[in-house]
Amino acid sequence: MFEVTGLRSGYGQSEVIKSLDLTVGDNETLAIMGRNGMGKTTLFKTLVGLIEARDGKIALNGEELTKEPTHKRVASGLAYVPQGRMIFPSLTVLENISTGLETVKSKRIPHDIFDLFPVLHDMRHRKGGNLSGGQQQQLAIARALVSNPEVLLLDEPTEGIQPSIIKDIAKTLNDISEMRKITIVVSEQILSFTMEIADRLMVIESGKIVYEAPRSECDEQTISDFLSV
Amino acid sequence: MDYSMQDLMAIFAMQGFAGLSFFSVLLLMALGLAIIFGQMRVINMAHGEFMVIGAYTTYVVSEVMGGWGSWGAEYYILFAIPLAFLVAFLVGMVVEVLMIRHLYHRPLDTLLATWGLALIMQQVFRSVFGAREVSPSTPSWLDGAWTPTPMIYIPLNGLFIMGLTLVVTLGVVWLMYRSRWGLRVRSTMASREMSAAVGINTRWVDRLTFALGCGVAGIAGAAFTMISSTGPTSGTLYIVDTFLVVVFGGAGSISGTVVSAFLIAQGQSILEFFLGSSMAKVLTLLVIIGILMLRPEGLFKSKVRR
Repeated sequence: MFEVTGLRSGYGQSEVIKSLDLTVGDNETLAIMGRNGMGKTTLFKTLVGLIEARDGKIALNGEELTKEPTHKRVASGLAYVPQGRMIFPSLTVLENISTGLETVKSKRIPHDIFDLFPVLHDMRHRKGGNLSGGQQQQLAIARALVSNPEVLLLDEPTEGIQPSIIKDIAKTLNDISEMRKITIVVSEQILSFTMEIADRLMVIESGKIVYEAPRSECDEQTISDFLSV
Repeated sequence: MDYSMQDLMAIFAMQGFAGLSFFSVLLLMALGLAIIFGQMRVINMAHGEFMVIGAYTTYVVSEVMGGWGSWGAEYYILFAIPLAFLVAFLVGMVVEVLMIRHLYHRPLDTLLATWGLALIMQQVFRSVFGAREVSPSTPSWLDGAWTPTPMIYIPLNGLFIMGLTLVVTLGVVWLMYRSRWGLRVRSTMASREMSAAVGINTRWVDRLTFALGCGVAGIAGAAFTMISSTGPTSGTLYIVDTFLVVVFGGAGSISGTVVSAFLIAQGQSILEFFLGSSMAKVLTLLVIIGILMLRPEGLFKSKVRR
């Protein structure tokens, strides 16, 4: 269980996340929807520790992570796929995946990662910076997965990716959720994508959760209204 | 000024070899700086002083072991090299903790701070070892020359320094490109945030990277004692050339550093014979400025989109 209570964070004078609560169950996929500038990325960066929380609590299976530095949170079971993917451009595909092995004992890349992402095997000796956007997204997910996380945090995985590949990513995420039984928290703006993967949807607006519903009871029109400017 | 063809060949061979000794020390210095400046973007003006730490360590080891009889005087250098690395490495680590880590992303401040550090270190050297230059005695097995033809005279200590440089260079390449530690360094330099987000303790990576760069400078210092005597300000003679090598080679590229150290050392050494050292320096600098105008990223730039 991944629990966030009363979380506040921001940059300098401005507070972006304002007392936010969320709880994600084991093997649940939670989608956090919201327009640009509503605090999705700030929330994710705070969860993983790249921005310090000003108040509140972040806990994974009862273990409090709020004061831990980023690398220790990763060791505790969080994995992060940032917005814009942020793969290491000057490292090869194999080296990029290897960096994800930092917190696990064996430094050998498990081969099942290439069953999920066959294209990465074909490209394994290429530099990460020379892959297409969709391939980089797969690489970023692969890099996060090899650390055997309990919670996978994905910040806008469809941003800047062509529609046909978005469908592939949705299928991959469903496969990952089913095979690895991990918890996924994903931020998104594309509703059709989230409706394919999420068990539950939330809407974030100005740093607060303003709507929440399981997928089956979800009112798509209401969410669309939140997402449109 | 008439040189026969044979004279010219011998001059080229001997000046070329003198250049190779210079190249070796320059490369060892530049490797350390390429790690620190190229990877961490820290302009370490005290890098020359870390070389001097290695040189003084070598001197102290030679004095101590020289007192143990002829065995010590003959083989002190084999102990001095790892010790020079270790002392410079540890001092580098302390400097990183006390100073450098507060100055990441502030390149101009690091420049000033490390320059101040260089002055402090020079004064410490002066207080401890005195202003006079010191020089450890060369072991007899390195004292002499290899003379393949009567006109060519190649000093053995030069050969030793070259061998040392080769070993250290290969070691650095292995560390950076084949080891887990190198992967951490390269990913941290590509993106500090993202490296933390895959679980890398980036503070330790910074600390060890800086210390390793300083340690390699310490080895350069041990080699330096064989071609020159050591004084408190010996480091300042090398710092400009070393930065030149790193920038000319393309910051962050080890192969670029090797090629550029070779070109600069050889260019200066051969030109020196014909033009004198000042003109040789001027000419080398002009050529480098010209090349950097055409290729601002240095000789070797990485070809990936970012």
